[in-house]
Amino acid sequence: MSDYLEKLEGVTDAADPTLADIDIQNYTINFGPQHPAAHGVLRLVLELDGEIIERVDPHVGLLHRGTEKLIEYKTYMQALPYFDRLDYCSPMAMEHTYVLAVEKLLDLEVPIRAQYLRVLFAELTRISNHMLNLGSHVMDVGAMTPNLWLFEIREDCMNFYERASGARMHAAYFRPGGVHEDVPLKLLADIGEWLDTRLPRLFEDAISLVADNRIFKQRNVDIATVSRDDAIKWGFSGPMIRGSGIAWDLRKSQPYDVYAKMDFEVPVGTRGDCYDRFMVRVEEVRQSARIMRQCLSEMPDGPIASLDRKVVPPKRGEMKRSMEALIHHFKLYTEGFHVPAGDVYVATESPKGEFGVYLVADGSNKPYRCKIRPTAFSHLQAADFMSKGHMLADTTAILGAMDIVFGECDR
Amino acid sequence: MRAPAPAYAVNDGVIDAATATLGGKLDLATELVGEVALHVARDSLVETMIALRDTPGLEYQQLMEIAGVDYPDRGVERFEVVYCLLSLTRNHRIRVHVRTDDTLPVPSVTGIWPVAGWLEREVYDMYGVLFSGNGDLRRILTDYGFRGHPQRKDFPLSGYVEMRYSEEAKRVVYEPVRLAQDFRNFDFMSPWEGAEYILPGDEKAKLPEEKGAPTPLKADEIQKADAAQSAKATPTEVKTTESPAQTGAGKAEPDATPKPKNPDVTPTPGKGQNL
Repeated sequence: MSDYLEKLEGVTDAADPTLADIDIQNYTINFGPQHPAAHGVLRLVLELDGEIIERVDPHVGLLHRGTEKLIEYKTYMQALPYFDRLDYCSPMAMEHTYVLAVEKLLDLEVPIRAQYLRVLFAELTRISNHMLNLGSHVMDVGAMTPNLWLFEIREDCMNFYERASGARMHAAYFRPGGVHEDVPLKLLADIGEWLDTRLPRLFEDAISLVADNRIFKQRNVDIATVSRDDAIKWGFSGPMIRGSGIAWDLRKSQPYDVYAKMDFEVPVGTRGDCYDRFMVRVEEVRQSARIMRQCLSEMPDGPIASLDRKVVPPKRGEMKRSMEALIHHFKLYTEGFHVPAGDVYVATESPKGEFGVYLVADGSNKPYRCKIRPTAFSHLQAADFMSKGHMLADTTAILGAMDIVFGECDR
Repeated sequence: MRAPAPAYAVNDGVIDAATATLGGKLDLATELVGEVALHVARDSLVETMIALRDTPGLEYQQLMEIAGVDYPDRGVERFEVVYCLLSLTRNHRIRVHVRTDDTLPVPSVTGIWPVAGWLEREVYDMYGVLFSGNGDLRRILTDYGFRGHPQRKDFPLSGYVEMRYSEEAKRVVYEPVRLAQDFRNFDFMSPWEGAEYILPGDEKAKLPEEKGAPTPLKADEIQKADAAQSAKATPTEVKTTESPAQTGAGKAEPDATPKPKNPDVTPTPGKGQNL
């Protein structure tokens, strides 16, 4: 009987080691590529010691479509829709970087109304992106309801997308020189009403369920803490670097379009854990709504795209009356515009962090090289040191707080 | 700058500061399109990066991106590796360029910025550029077992191998690419604006001399092209309107003789279009 009791209590004899004393080798498991918490096609090779993660080796590239290579064979205008398909959760933010890079090479002036429209829709995109991320992060750690409510908001954002551009996701709305179409006044009025009524009601309701929730905090606080030094060394940006306590927002420090005129706060975290990153995104949604309200109240009338007819094609109505417009339209949609030789690296604050485009032009109508700097690459690379020592179940919280979309990571 | 691109701190004095710090390691420093680019030699890359990160007044703490570019026309050292650095304290960006080819390794900067690990892996995957000191130089974006370096300019857009699920073999099979239609690469360059190729027939349009070159003839040797004819056609006869031959007028009536009957047509009275 005493043997049995000792066995129960795990008391072992050094001379006769039982199974518990034998040094069990770490084992390796495969997480993904088809896993609902991987948010796409991510394959993680996890080396585990029991349930503790020893090493993470993310395998990316399963969604590699050769976007950068394809862009080298397309004119500057044809290359634009590829950007929608990079981070398909925030399509207009991707376009934004690209059009700014092309405009920088062309040194093209953009009308002020177009800049306001771009900022308005970039912030709408930020809300839309954060709804998906916050919702799925909450769901990954076990709560169902907030995700459903946040998806209501996301659906609204997509309807606004559709009313502006005709497409719910792949908008191709931002163009070099401005935006494609002016928006109807009713759309702006509806967005304004939505910002004051529906968005705060749904959003604050959903967040009130999780922000102070004990289970949610147990799953996120002190998980994957990243210090300020690590965040800098590992090339973090966006909510990831702000979660670590560095107030770095490209909209504030390197303003583009009319962000310089906008009044908004940059939220930062204090501990650098998954909870801080979550809460930074929550506050960013409120600040985005604030920026959108300012855009709506300050937006002037005027042209919505540059009047430089060597870059921006004329509208259909103009083509019915003007021969010159017809010629410009034909030339721009066949040959496209030529961009003077040079190279620029332009980065903007996408909802996920610094999204950059290194564009090399050789003076022809096609980009010589278009290197896309995805936000996810540096964040996912850090998954190894962030997950080390945590439980297997924390992987989903860590991935959720990174906000990774594979269209952008793999390109 | 008129474009609404991201506005960071001014570039004034950056090149001077970099030149003072790097000295002979710096091959070339340019400021084009509002961006500062430093060209350095491969061997001094790591020292350059440490200097750029740690020197007060430069302070580029973050490595944001490593981009490869292929310039096959350059011949030797066709690849360029571009490091995009960001200073959080000075709010400034800078680029560092190094050149290499497919055999000469570039020193890895993973010791300075661990984020360079994957970025270098990507450049290796896409261009075949080697990085000495990167302990994990595997492919990253392409498929397991992929061959070639797809971002090189001599790699075709369609690739060499395609993959499908084979119902017979019950697994994924790899096959050489077969295109149902030739790859279409339209040439949109305007022939009036510096197209460099020759179309069939262009040789006829070629001028004997360069455009604008002076003619070899003297002024008194120049004759008009139709000089022979114009000399011959001196007017001998005064033109009047007296005869129909001079006015060019025809006959008063067309032709009075009745037309021969068409044997195939039987005229029917009343309706009928052959009446």
